[in-house]
Amino acid sequence: MTTLTKATGEAAARETPARRRRRVDRLPYLLLLPCLAIIGVLLLWPLGQVVMMSFYKLDSVRQLRGDREWPWVGLANYAQILGDPFFRTVLRNTVLFAVANVVLTMILGTLVGLLLNRLGKKMATFVASCVMLAWATPALTGTIVWKWIFDDTSGLVTWLFNKLPDGLSTAVFGRSDWTGYGWFNDPLLFFAILTLVVVWHSFPFIAVSVLAGLKSVPSELQEAARVDGAGPWRVFWSVTFPMLRPVFGILVVLSTIWDFKVFTQQFVLAGGTQDRSTFMLSIYSYAEAFSPPPKYGLGSSIAVILTLILLVVTGVYVRMVLRQEDES
Amino acid sequence: MKKIALNGAGLLVALFAAFPVYWMVATSLKPNREIFSATPRPVPAKPTLEHYREILTGNLIPGVTFTDFFLNSALVAVATVVLSGLVALLAATAVARFRFKLRTTFLILLLVVQMIPLEALVIPLFLMIQRLGLYNTLPSLILTYLGFSLPFAVWMLRGFVAAVPKELEEAAAIDGASRAQTFRKVLFPLVAPGLVATSIFSFITAWNELIFALTFINDQHRYTLPVAMTFFFGRDDTAWGSVMAASTLFTLPVIVFFLLVQRRMVSGLVAGAVKG
Repeated sequence: MTTLTKATGEAAARETPARRRRRVDRLPYLLLLPCLAIIGVLLLWPLGQVVMMSFYKLDSVRQLRGDREWPWVGLANYAQILGDPFFRTVLRNTVLFAVANVVLTMILGTLVGLLLNRLGKKMATFVASCVMLAWATPALTGTIVWKWIFDDTSGLVTWLFNKLPDGLSTAVFGRSDWTGYGWFNDPLLFFAILTLVVVWHSFPFIAVSVLAGLKSVPSELQEAARVDGAGPWRVFWSVTFPMLRPVFGILVVLSTIWDFKVFTQQFVLAGGTQDRSTFMLSIYSYAEAFSPPPKYGLGSSIAVILTLILLVVTGVYVRMVLRQEDES
Repeated sequence: MKKIALNGAGLLVALFAAFPVYWMVATSLKPNREIFSATPRPVPAKPTLEHYREILTGNLIPGVTFTDFFLNSALVAVATVVLSGLVALLAATAVARFRFKLRTTFLILLLVVQMIPLEALVIPLFLMIQRLGLYNTLPSLILTYLGFSLPFAVWMLRGFVAAVPKELEEAAAIDGASRAQTFRKVLFPLVAPGLVATSIFSFITAWNELIFALTFINDQHRYTLPVAMTFFFGRDDTAWGSVMAASTLFTLPVIVFFLLVQRRMVSGLVAGAVKG
């Protein structure tokens, strides 16, 4: 820090002091200007707009274009949403889905991270490369492939269930012929498959991060604990976990944020926004706003509620990152 | 014994992670008879490129070809990359090379805006796009993706700028180079690899995006690839061979780019901060 000020000073030694000061003061702000303008106009301003829109009754595109009046309705949109039993179902779906996905992603990701750390070099590289494939696959195409795997006539899963011995299949599931079985019709089953898709997409990031964390701490401690006779469970909770606590904290918060607003996977798996029984907050907001008849105000109020929930989680995240920055 | 168990677990994980990608490519290479047979084959018995030919020569949607959508997507993504790279480089230089009053405030702002749920911005951005008269145009998407990719681009790029030794710029300055010259001839070439890595992330953000493209574009000729795929897929979800071929073509560039830069992603997100 001090070297920087000194260096800039030396470099500009030939200039007059007044000119130098002006340059040093203004340049960083000039460099930031375009970035700040874009963040302001394209992220912060819309964030304010969505709050504002949630106080109006907006039912047509012509209102948005400014051709028609915007009737102010105060908190009526919120009253309508919060008083609707359906909203409570959606909120429950969203929270349960996020919790289940965060827990499963964290467990699977951590296990894979620990595994990668123990494997031999060649095997670790091979497994890590495969894991990367899942991570790199776009949400859209990843979901399409899973939908094909669960196709009701030629899908792999349908075939697998048909392969089960008929007696067993009938005893456990009450049917032996799975051809034509709608895997996505039952909401619970739908959410289970959605969880599979989302966990498949998101565990690689956790695994790779945990692995990076493991590589950054000395492994002697773990080995010492193992030599002293501690089992793997004990080693993890008494030695590994405490050392990686900050990493785990951030990973949980990031996963929570991501899993709360899953959209693409749900949209593709459900084939659009018709199936209300599997709605979660982000798709609910979108469907209210854009499915005919459009209700932009109502949709906005749902978006605001979603944002508020995530704001709390984000607060936790920012504090964690800043604390880590102080430490490093 | 233990080693076998570990390797076995490793293979299971690899299978779970990679299988869907493999299955996508394998299905795209199978003739229809194999795709819809009662007993799926793990490997295409008679591999064929017929689905790719269908996709590339036929019309995905009446009147519009796969290539059209591909070009729309590429145009949007490249424009996003160039704009966001340029703006991010300026901002990253400011943050990594200067100490000024609002520096920490700006860094916190970067972190916070990355957490804004973009899904919540569809409605207000739709309003903005309508007001600006950009509805149904590709620039509406470029603008949107620019805003989405910029915070992370700055966050990532500042580490690269900080990694360039200051002495080089000082030397150039002592030799009489102006600020602009130093930036162009010393800093820029050294940051270029970082700029490439950052650009790839912006590219992937823009290339993969579905919701906004679905909402802002109405004219089929201007659909981006993801929108075209949902449309095509929704209309005819039994043509799995073609769907998988289109998916493969869409996914391949992303995987290649992603593998080039994934290590930066972890350090960018988790370490949160490369020391700057």
